[in-house]
Amino acid sequence: MEKIIDARKIREDFPILKVRPYGKSLIYFDNAATTQKPESVIKAIDDYYSGMNANVYRSAHYLSGVATNAYEEARNRVAKFINAGSENTIIFTRNATESINLVAYTWAMDNINEGDEIILTVAEHHSNILPWQMVADRKGAKLRYVYLNEDSRLDMASYKDMLNSRVKLVAVQHVSNVLGIINPVEEITEMAHKVGAKVLIDGAQSVPHMRVDVRKIGCDFFAFSGHKMMGPMGIGILYVKKELLNSVPPFLRGGEMIDEVYEDRATFAVPPLKFEAGTPNVEGAVGLSAAIEYIEGIGLDNIHSHEAELTQYALEKMREIDFVDIYGPRDMRDRGGVISFNVADIHPHDVSTILDQDGIAIRSGHHCALPLMRYLDVPATCRASFYIYNDMDEVDVFIDSLKNVRKWFKWS
Amino acid sequence: MELNQLYSEIILEHYQNSPNKKKMDDADIEEKGHNPLCGDTITIYLKMDGDIIKDASFTGQGCAISQASTSMLIDLVKGKKLDEAKKLIQEFTDMLYKRDVDLDDLGDAQALSGVADFPARVKCALLPWKTLEEVMEEKEEGK
Ligand SMILES: Cc1ncc(COP(=O)(O)O)c(C=O)c1O
Repeated sequence: MEKIIDARKIREDFPILKVRPYGKSLIYFDNAATTQKPESVIKAIDDYYSGMNANVYRSAHYLSGVATNAYEEARNRVAKFINAGSENTIIFTRNATESINLVAYTWAMDNINEGDEIILTVAEHHSNILPWQMVADRKGAKLRYVYLNEDSRLDMASYKDMLNSRVKLVAVQHVSNVLGIINPVEEITEMAHKVGAKVLIDGAQSVPHMRVDVRKIGCDFFAFSGHKMMGPMGIGILYVKKELLNSVPPFLRGGEMIDEVYEDRATFAVPPLKFEAGTPNVEGAVGLSAAIEYIEGIGLDNIHSHEAELTQYALEKMREIDFVDIYGPRDMRDRGGVISFNVADIHPHDVSTILDQDGIAIRSGHHCALPLMRYLDVPATCRASFYIYNDMDEVDVFIDSLKNVRKWFKWS
Repeated sequence: MELNQLYSEIILEHYQNSPNKKKMDDADIEEKGHNPLCGDTITIYLKMDGDIIKDASFTGQGCAISQASTSMLIDLVKGKKLDEAKKLIQEFTDMLYKRDVDLDDLGDAQALSGVADFPARVKCALLPWKTLEEVMEEKEEGK
């Protein structure tokens, strides 16, 4: 069978993958935390500073025009990438966390009131929990959580039962950064809209790995980060549905986001600039644009199949090791390339340190999902997460290393 | 630094079979330590006689390094004056940051010197020492 993606070849595009920790080949399985950057992204940032840098929108000179165009082209590319329709629906932020906070501090503070309800899932990342705790605290609203079924997937029946006219917002992740589950966001959105609730999707773990169409999902807000999709750190995106865009109040205030300013008041620019106060991260936008170009060159469907293949292979091999516990669904249906696990009697940090000596980078800890850790009744887990530059040979090395972990503890 | 030094016999012994790992019901001081980034948690129990730590024990959950380090600290501070314990904390901290320090006073805890070569794990080893430091700061502020 011909391989869909030749990871070995792809690795050549990533300078950092030549780093040799302790003299070993680097096996980077921490992609859910952040991804590595191809040469083209690094070069795009370099080119920006070598040939385009100026403040955007503000000046009439040549470079300012070039920089503004580059920034707007990036916005345009993001809009097309997630099929947002109008590029005015794309707001640049620092990361998914800031995107979610933007909605919490603006739309939510205006529209969520005492007695209202916000529905979350127990698997949410802290960045999609804490902003809503703030809103609930300040406005006297109530947080409600959807839990998981026996198969570690969202319990849709209990979600259905929770929906009522007091629910003003449903905030859920598209793909879990711990369990790898892909939530049925279209269905979730449709059900929420029926009771008049708005929907925010945290797409931090979906956009880098699968085709996402925000208008097909139908959600009101969609947040993600550039650094998890081979773009630079410090650039994130918030999509706001066109119909809502004008009614969302501004977030930060200052330069760039205004229409007219008097001594005692101001009127605001039209979106998206209304939400982008101050000098933006143009370098980040330009780098992100190059990352999207790189992803499109490979194809999201190919990326998704490649990761599915790796995940299935790794899951099968890991299940053969009797001292390894795997969290998350047993089968591959609606599952992304994230595997959380524990080694019996050994803390995840120790597992991670031992694998690290073989050049294998995994994450250990609570993955910014403490409510989920408590729900699973584990203090922490190990996590391996894959991307396009990973392959089966690396999984084999990982499995061998994993089999050896207990020997260090004189447990065989 | 090799892994077998990080997970040496002595460290594993403190991690897997520590006699110090038990709750103390009549403790005078009970101090919790938590490493929010990794989720390691410990509780240190102290029985005081004036300025002297008459007895000490701990409970906790976490990696081998954090738990072994706590057990070693308990061994060291039992019977010591708070001032002496404070000096040990400083010496242990210096050891982990590779500062020039005399390790003789540190007993089994010397075995953790290799953690200095694993920067990601230094905070695991320091957790109990920082926690005991908190106790002292609270005592001093209370004075
Ligand atoms: C599901 C999910 N949501 C949100 C975030 C937050 O992303 P960032 O730290 O880039 O804001 C992450 C990243 O860890 C994530 O995995």
